[in-house]
Amino acid sequence: MTRPPAGTTSLAVELDRLEQIVRSLEADDLDLDAALALFEEGVNRLRNARERLATAQLRVRAVMEDADGTLSDTELDG
Amino acid sequence: MTLGLSQDVLSVSELAGAVKELLEGTIGPLWIKGEVTGCKAWPSGHWYFTLRDASAQLHCCMWRTYAQRAGRPPADGTSVYALGRPMLYEGKGEFQFSVQRLLPTAALGDQQLGLERVKAALAADGLFEIGRKRPLPPAPERVALVTSTEGAALRDIVTVTRKRWPSAILFVVDSRVQGDGAARELVAALRLVNRLDVDLCIVSRGGGAQLDLAAFNDEAVCRALAAVRVPTISAVGHETDVSLTDLVADVRAATPSAAAEIAFADAVDVRRQVQQLGGRLARSLGRRAELLEEQLARAGDRLEGAMDQRVAVLQYRGDRLGAELDALSPLRVLERGYALPRDRDGRVLRRRAEFVAGEAFSLRVSDGVVPATVRAE
Repeated sequence: MTRPPAGTTSLAVELDRLEQIVRSLEADDLDLDAALALFEEGVNRLRNARERLATAQLRVRAVMEDADGTLSDTELDG
Repeated sequence: MTLGLSQDVLSVSELAGAVKELLEGTIGPLWIKGEVTGCKAWPSGHWYFTLRDASAQLHCCMWRTYAQRAGRPPADGTSVYALGRPMLYEGKGEFQFSVQRLLPTAALGDQQLGLERVKAALAADGLFEIGRKRPLPPAPERVALVTSTEGAALRDIVTVTRKRWPSAILFVVDSRVQGDGAARELVAALRLVNRLDVDLCIVSRGGGAQLDLAAFNDEAVCRALAAVRVPTISAVGHETDVSLTDLVADVRAATPSAAAEIAFADAVDVRRQVQQLGGRLARSLGRRAELLEEQLARAGDRLEGAMDQRVAVLQYRGDRLGAELDALSPLRVLERGYALPRDRDGRVLRRRAEFVAGEAFSLRVSDGVVPATVRAE
């Protein structure tokens, strides 16, 4: 029940990063290679955000504590 | 003159002071029950009255701040519960009971009195203070929900969350929310929340025909809620119901659905934000391309048949990404007169060495492809 691994960051984090990228590009003080790399990252994040908005499915998990105190969670039919 | 006393002689003030300290230091705020007589509301706003029962009476005062909250002075003979503390009024040598709250017993069942007791205890510990309210996370992804898996509250919250912020994960910690054992289960559930990796905790139950919110007024439940590490929302019952958990939580929601609305941004707004960011991203590269164009013009770099490597890279990458996101297409560079050379396999030709004399290649221009051949030197 820990956070998902890096690469599957939350949408909010994704959008924050995207905002940052756009600001950097708009600032016009990067060299071309850096700008292109940022642009590419931005496009990927944008696509990722769009996909997630389009396909996100709410997950509802039931959390349970076993007799030995371990926590587990299972899909709950919402 | 000898008084025959073995001890030092105290002044009146000293004795009064000692009694005052003893009285006020040891008997804390407490509830007493009695009958009001002779209540006088003074122009200053303070009330003075006597509380009595069959065998004793007590002078009471209620300072303006408290009297204002109590409404109208009680009529003679009204049976009341009074919350206060004993004090010694040294100036008159009088023992008084300083009252903070006055509740007519007729208007209150035992449950209500219990509620008032718990409320006073929690207030004394500062659990209702505005200063300890935490702001909610702007975009929670992982949210703990303490409620009954059988209840309407869960259904309502799931429905609203699905509509507003479907990328969230709700971690439901099941607990009875009414009846025997509900308070104990709520405490356990709230403690369990502290072991989860979540951004926010919602504690909720729906209203019902038989509204029973007692568990949400339970002192232990309130304290467990106050101890939750992440910000909390309490949504208990209908709009008109206010429970003590509502007062302890960082935010009170009028209903379970309202809790989800408060917790989650609306995805429609987020889509708009994504749209705007996309537009800005596309324009930002457009400006890059213009700068590049100026640089190239200045350099007078006009090699026949070959493009500047940087333009090719820009175009290649832009083209690939642009195909996926039409809004972002930087193809306008081609419209300014640049062309992208590719060999027969479609590979972009970046360097002069990649052009083989006599070989055919294609030039991608703004409105199509032009077949070309490398001239022998």
